[in-house]
Amino acid sequence: MNCSKEHIEYLKKVKKKKIAIFSTQILLLAIFFVAWEIAASFKIIDPFITSQPSRIVKTMANLYNQGVLFYHIGITCVETIVGFISGTIIGIIISIILWGFDFLGKVFEPYLVVLNSLPKIALGPIIIVWIGAGPASIIVMALTISLIVTIMEVLNGFINVDEDKIKLAKTFGATKIQILTKVVLPASFPVMLNALKINVGLSWVGVIVGEFLVSKAGLGYLIVYGGQVFQLDLVMMSVLILAAAAAIMYQGVVFIQKKLGYDLHNN
Amino acid sequence: MQLYIVETIQLCMKYHSLNGETDVLDNINLKIKEGEFISIVGPSGCGKSTLLSIIAGLIKPVSGIVLIEGNEVCSTSLKVGYMLQRDYLFEWRTILQNVMLGLEIRHLVNQENKEYVLSLLKTYGLYDFRDKYPSQLSGGMRQRAALIRTLAVRPKILLLDEAFSALDYQTRLAVSDDIYSIIKNENKTAILVTHDIAESISMADRVAVLSKRPATIKSMYDIRLTCKKKSPLCSREAPEFKEYFNAIWKDLDIHIN
Repeated sequence: MNCSKEHIEYLKKVKKKKIAIFSTQILLLAIFFVAWEIAASFKIIDPFITSQPSRIVKTMANLYNQGVLFYHIGITCVETIVGFISGTIIGIIISIILWGFDFLGKVFEPYLVVLNSLPKIALGPIIIVWIGAGPASIIVMALTISLIVTIMEVLNGFINVDEDKIKLAKTFGATKIQILTKVVLPASFPVMLNALKINVGLSWVGVIVGEFLVSKAGLGYLIVYGGQVFQLDLVMMSVLILAAAAAIMYQGVVFIQKKLGYDLHNN
Repeated sequence: MQLYIVETIQLCMKYHSLNGETDVLDNINLKIKEGEFISIVGPSGCGKSTLLSIIAGLIKPVSGIVLIEGNEVCSTSLKVGYMLQRDYLFEWRTILQNVMLGLEIRHLVNQENKEYVLSLLKTYGLYDFRDKYPSQLSGGMRQRAALIRTLAVRPKILLLDEAFSALDYQTRLAVSDDIYSIIKNENKTAILVTHDIAESISMADRVAVLSKRPATIKSMYDIRLTCKKKSPLCSREAPEFKEYFNAIWKDLDIHIN
């Protein structure tokens, strides 16, 4: 393909801007850590309460040598993943039932609004007493938080599917199940993926709070334990790892969303 | 052998809402022979689409019955194909998957039907687009795809609900010309609801004019035009065209104030 001179200039300009933005991003990150390290070393800030990058690295190395670093990270990640995936799936199933039986949907509407308004974290102690301390109750906490939001988003998506597409299917004599599988579900796929994206974030909240309350393992546990015994190195390390893990998981869902969105809608 | 392929007998329809009830159709009596092309015109909102939906079996009338080939309609009939105003192609399906939709729903997907669909796509210039998505097609092509989707289930009767209204004028003339020849070639019976008087005269054998709500059949015109070949574009040049147009326009009695 022949590009005119102006087009090559244009592409160069765009690329330059991209590189400038990316370099500034890396620079900011580097400056942040370097400044933190220097400020702590020169006692401008008190490393006892702020910690510093070098000590964080040391703590990470310690935990790694003890063989527990990936154990803690792993437990938290698994709890979160199981929580948000099951919350999304169960939420979709309940949404299908509430869509299918209009009467039920209308009956449960105000109850859903109340449950949605209630901060599910408040149910934490109840879940712990009923299920017992441990990963199971933490997963249930994440599930509960994801569940209600999923139902509201997905059910709303189902109801908002183009009425005329449904009428079209009916002109061929489609049954309710055929309308569900051929029209409503495919049309709502973007909404369901979006609910998944929201649930990732919410699940993390549920899991970390759960670990605060009752765990003996995981990043949330390390944060709360580190805080209690004033080992801020542990706390800062866990928070940084948590930030990285949450970002990666979120980007993973965005990636899936883009990939599937492309396949389904060919945009 | 029934005398009439579609017959409505004293059809009445009401709509109920919290604001009150509305009489939409009053005593509609239609008798349509096989192979006929009937057009129904009327003022906006007079209930033309409602009438089609009742004939299609999508809604039940308050009183009166619809007979298709002598059998009373109680739900969507396998003999009826309904073309809506817009194409409503599913964005997530390819053109081929879209036109197969009706066959899928009626559990009629087999080799023979698939070949029929492919031949329809070839005949109407969409074969090369069968793996493309609706967003990649123009409005006229999408409407053609919608027609193929309707024809795929081999209906004997085609209901066209303002099927060309969503297109721009030039595309509209071309597509209606196309669809007219398809319908005549395949020997289908057609009921076209439209608010475009010229369209109704140029395509139909008979034109029924509906009154304002509650709609009754105000008048019925037998369209006899002298033209080289009966096609929507050629009919518009026939000498009798103007007379029919004026008569129907007067019947519609549309006041702007």
